[in-house]
Amino acid sequence: MRSASRTARGRRLVAALGAAIIATPLVAACGSDSGITINVYYSPEQVFDKVVAKCNQQANGRYTIAYNKLPREGDGQREQMVRRLAANDSEMDVLGLDVVWVAEFAEAGWILEWTGQNKAEAERDVFPGPLSTAQWNGKLYSATKNTNVQLLWYDDRLTPTPPKTFDEMISAAEQLKKDGKPYQILLTAAQYEGLVVNYNTIVNSAGGHILSDDGKSVVMDQGAVKGLEILKRLASVGVTSSDLTSAKEQQVQLGFQQANSKAAFQLNWPFVYASIKSDAPDRFQHLKWTQYPGVIPGQPSKPTIGGFNLAVSAYSKHPQESFEAALCLRNADNQKFQAINESLPPTIQSVYDDPTPVDRDKPVDEKTNPTMVMAYPMKDAVFESLKASESRPLTPAYQNASTVISAILSPPGDIDPPATADRLRRELQDALQSKGILP
Amino acid sequence: MTHAAVKPAPAKAAKKPKQELSEGKRAERKLGLLLCAPAALVMIAVTGWPVIYSIWLSMQRYDLRFPNQSEFVFLDNYITVLGSGYWWDAFGLTMLITVVSVILELVLGMCLALIMHRTIVGRGLVRTVSLIPYGIVTVVAAFSWRYAWDDKTGYLSDLVSAGALTDKTAAFFTVVLAEVWKTTPFMALLLMAGLALVPDDLLKAASMDGAGPWQRFTKVMVPVMKPAILVALLFRTLDAFRIFDNLFVLTPGTSSVSIQTYNNLIKGLNLGIGSTMSVLIFITVAIIAFVFIKVFGTAAPGSDPGGKR
Repeated sequence: MRSASRTARGRRLVAALGAAIIATPLVAACGSDSGITINVYYSPEQVFDKVVAKCNQQANGRYTIAYNKLPREGDGQREQMVRRLAANDSEMDVLGLDVVWVAEFAEAGWILEWTGQNKAEAERDVFPGPLSTAQWNGKLYSATKNTNVQLLWYDDRLTPTPPKTFDEMISAAEQLKKDGKPYQILLTAAQYEGLVVNYNTIVNSAGGHILSDDGKSVVMDQGAVKGLEILKRLASVGVTSSDLTSAKEQQVQLGFQQANSKAAFQLNWPFVYASIKSDAPDRFQHLKWTQYPGVIPGQPSKPTIGGFNLAVSAYSKHPQESFEAALCLRNADNQKFQAINESLPPTIQSVYDDPTPVDRDKPVDEKTNPTMVMAYPMKDAVFESLKASESRPLTPAYQNASTVISAILSPPGDIDPPATADRLRRELQDALQSKGILP
Repeated sequence: MTHAAVKPAPAKAAKKPKQELSEGKRAERKLGLLLCAPAALVMIAVTGWPVIYSIWLSMQRYDLRFPNQSEFVFLDNYITVLGSGYWWDAFGLTMLITVVSVILELVLGMCLALIMHRTIVGRGLVRTVSLIPYGIVTVVAAFSWRYAWDDKTGYLSDLVSAGALTDKTAAFFTVVLAEVWKTTPFMALLLMAGLALVPDDLLKAASMDGAGPWQRFTKVMVPVMKPAILVALLFRTLDAFRIFDNLFVLTPGTSSVSIQTYNNLIKGLNLGIGSTMSVLIFITVAIIAFVFIKVFGTAAPGSDPGGKR
């Protein structure tokens, strides 16, 4: 009797829970005037919710944008989206894609092509480099939201004139080490995409190619081998930190700004500016930045393009509203707003020269209503970098290629340039055709 | 997989009385089968169909990103996977982790079982406390280990000179430690059930005959407990071979066979290769279970040990 009543109670509990689970999304989905909700799936950004609020105001009740935060890590973001898209999930409308995923999503038929008025608006005044990441097979599949490019961050007490090439940077670090000063070069070299970004930049700067321009075959030329030599040297002469092989963006950032930091150089995205400013005011006083170091003396580097694009899901029930919402979320004003508030580099060229403050109707104020010049001092370095930048190889099999590259390059200290290049040639060829297995 | 381990024994036990079935018994049995049928059909639908479907997928080239290139390739995927160094690296690592952690768990689990068996005061409390690690969700436990061993901020990282999560050998032992800590209580629980089978009279008689504690343990307890030990080993081996959570959280980038399958299936969206790997894991697990049951003579829990001999 006792057990029977217990199971009955248990069953009731399960039923109640089940009902609650089923009801929750329904409740969440309601609440807009017209009943149309545009679900945006995008990585967590500090002020993106304010951008969403602004666009909702502009939409004036025709639709309501709901900002669904994806996981912080890139792999987690992609996994959630591909898993749901593969199951034809119609609950996702606008997707925030890392620039390297566009080809993959487009080839799989998961995102809609941009045409007509929307296309013209999404392409207007955008840097050619970032724009190329939004296209696949000559068609536009997404709108650039923000771009990104790594810079060299340094301390002007240690190196008044920054190194221009990797060779100069390594010698400078060795000299600093000898003098007993902070000397380390921090970069993202864990076995993940961040290592591939660094390698890709070095290879491009050396004038080499990992893959052909159409992404269909492996090149791995002299420049690519040169890139291996530089990575190997960097990792083996004792100028990096002990956690090099597990360093991602955040470890690099913290390693540079923590108390008693032994770092003299940091290769990282511009987001570090805002965090050093607030968390390490001492170091911030002497923080300087310049373009990512090159390989060939006298030639600037060709940094890898990062950032995010917005695409519209092929399974969305409201594609027209989704295109409109995506265009609003990445318009010039909002790009400026995010550049000033969280250092995200705009993709629209005119934003860099925009002399007006965040809120045009109010007077300029350093603290509450700054302009680009006041709040985004590295805009010139970013602008110059972007002009020389190159996108990562565009291929639907990018994830495979990147996984193989990061697995083979890790740990960088174990690279044996000619042998490693051979292995890359062999395994990348399989990876591009989605043959072979991922490590 | 535990179902596979359960099946053979009852089938054997049922064989002998088969001829003696009367008319009534047969009708009764028919009714029994009919009553079981709906449940069995549901079981086949939810477990059998995915197994068959993944075998079917494993013989195709099927990459979600290249939907137009899907085709039937028969055993090509198996040749690719079995011919790949990555697969065998992962396989070797998984085996090593399995063997090392299961051995450690057996030794520690036995000690823990003896302690729990012999405790006089607060027996319930001791058992509950020792089961806590097993009650914690693996991912949560793995995260707490990760923070503990973190190079910069971890409170345990000063104990070792090499980075506990970055150095290859050190990371291996960190993972094994996490596994052992987590599942030793489970091992101990199974072994304690075996200890309960050892009659006190037998131990007293042995000690009357002059057997020391070690002799009593090896000559009396272990032989009597053998079925329980083998079942515990079987369960843990099957479980350990599928290690995923700890590696996923503690050492991203390290591949066990399960992680590699996940990488190919979910990250790579390659249903063909991914399914091939999961079929291979299925086969390996089946072989392990077969070896335990046929070679070591593990009795399935619930089957009558008298009927087997």
